Order: sequence, then structure tokens, then C-alpha cells
Amino acid sequence: MLNRDEDILQAAETWQKQGHGVALATVVETWGSAPRPAGSSLVINDDGTFLGSVSGGCVEGAVVTEALDVIASGQPKMLEFGVADETAWNVGLSCGGTIRVFVEKVG
Amino acid sequence: MKIQVLKELNAERAARRPVIIVTDTTTGEQRLVKAKDIAADPLRAELSKQLRMGKSGNVEVAGNKLFLNVYAPTAKLVIIGAVHISQALAPLARSLDYDVTVVDPRTAFATPERFPDVPLVAEWPDVALPPLNVDHYTAFVAVTHDPKIDDPALLHAFDRDCFYIGALGSRKTHAKRAERLRAQGAKESDIARIHAPIGLDIGAVSPSEIAVAIMAEITAQLRLPPKEKEEAA
Repeated sequence: MLNRDEDILQAAETWQKQGHGVALATVVETWGSAPRPAGSSLVINDDGTFLGSVSGGCVEGAVVTEALDVIASGQPKMLEFGVADETAWNVGLSCGGTIRVFVEKVG
Repeated sequence: MKIQVLKELNAERAARRPVIIVTDTTTGEQRLVKAKDIAADPLRAELSKQLRMGKSGNVEVAGNKLFLNVYAPTAKLVIIGAVHISQALAPLARSLDYDVTVVDPRTAFATPERFPDVPLVAEWPDVALPPLNVDHYTAFVAVTHDPKIDDPALLHAFDRDCFYIGALGSRKTHAKRAERLRAQGAKESDIARIHAPIGLDIGAVSPSEIAVAIMAEITAQLRLPPKEKEEAA
């Protein structure tokens, strides 16, 4: 359930109104022991400021980097993170799960 | 997400109305479906199932992968009566993620010592209930055994269309309560919505067991599809 995401979606709206480029990253699928359920989200602005979470902190850094690209291009992206990922040592999920994160521009 | 969609999403959530955002994860195409529009939606079966479970998930429709993101309000539980059962019920409901409030005008009952960390309102229902914004996403439980307190509270719960309404008392007690509510102008269909005797029939004896029976009944009301709900009741 996404009860606690209310304030971050409000923040996304406020940032957009203030003229920031904003992206929304949402967990759309999980396999194995993923830290956050589908529907969990992270909002990111063009300063690199972010609120919320899509994992226990394991992959947020990578998601923010990708989100800045999405803000620039306007094109949505699907990201996948998991132990099978070749970048696992850098941004893999230590819990052994796999997640897919959809990143889209707000605006 | 278009800014109009985000604004509408935030407005619906502020009003505690459920919303589902449907996203085609290949194209990024997106639409917002309000709870009241689900019945007329081509995806009504999938949408109503996800909403009932309060869970986001993926469906494939005509070869398109769609992500259904469910935004359901936090369920509230209003307990009328700061009694022994409520002392077990409040922490149990909180562990199930309900926002819990206990109402009892009897100040000897409604004390922070008896209800640590639970919002308590030591007022009569006519004063206590309006500010609580009781709505459809509220489970409403009346357990004082005192008609002066329970009856007006139940009328308020009817008025706000709570998804669950339960009241403590035997069948005999409940028959008398139904008569009183009828005399106060309550509709038959509303009176029929009261779960009484309260809780699933699991042979509960102690206050904690009764609390489990009540939360099980509330969970069934929240999660089961309509037909199975009737069978569980």
C-alpha cells in the first residue's frame, strides 16, 4: 500500500510548479525478496534532490542518475536491478531480489 | 506522468478517494481511473481486484503490458468505547496499518494509561465524531454496551457509509438496538449492515480473542469479493 507516498507526490507537484524538471520512478515488478513492493516510488528533481524509495537504499543512486537523463530527454525508461545484473557489485540488491523500475518525466 | 494527472492524483488522495494509475510500460501512455469510474471501465475486473487487495500489479491486455498502480487511502478504525476489548483491539488494528481513534465520553475509561499511544477523544459522539472525518474507508466499531453512546455513533456511521460497521451485543441485545435505531429513523438497509454479534464466530472468549474475531471480520469485509463475503458472514 502506498499510504506514505502522499507527501512525495505532493513534492513532485510543487517542484514542477517551481519550474524544476521532475521525474517519477516507480517499482513496477519485483521477484524474490525485494525490499519495497510494486507501486513504491521515488521522485527526483533536476538538482538531483530525491524523496521516497524504490529499495532499501541499494539502487537509489543509480535510479537518480537515470532519472536525470529522463528529465533531459523526456523519454520514459525501464530499469532492472538484481543480483543477476552485471553491475550487481555496484548497484545490486544485497537481499537477492530483482526489481523493475519505471522512470518517467513529470510534466 | 502529465502534470494534470499528477494534480488529479494528489487531489483524489487528499480527499481519501481511491485512484488507480494505468501505465503502458512500453509506450509510457497513462491514464487515471477514479474508483467511481471502475464499474464502467474496460479493465473493470482487473481494476476492482487490485483495488480490493490494495495492491499494485501488472496485467497484459491485447499484448500490452500495463502496470496498475493502486492508491488507496489508509483505512481508519473508529472504536466507540474505551473498554477492555478496545485495549486489545487498538494495538491489533494498528499492527494491521489502520489509523485508530478511540471515542468514549466516560473519562474514567478514556485514559492515556489504559490506551498508550492511541488517539483518544473523551467526548460524546456528536462532538467527537464530526472532526474525525469518518468515511467509506473507515471501519466503525461500537462496543460500549451503552445505547446513549453507541446508538448516535452508529447513526453517524450509517450516514458516512463506513465499509464495516460492528456493534457488541448478543442477538437479543441487537434486536433491541435495531428497534431503537428504527425509532430514530434509521433505514432497514442500514440496520442490516451492522455486524452483530460482532466478529467472526471463532468461539472467542477473552477480550484479545474478541479483538482477533473483530479484525478478522473487518479484514474479510475489506478484502473478499462480494459473494465470498456473504459466505464468510
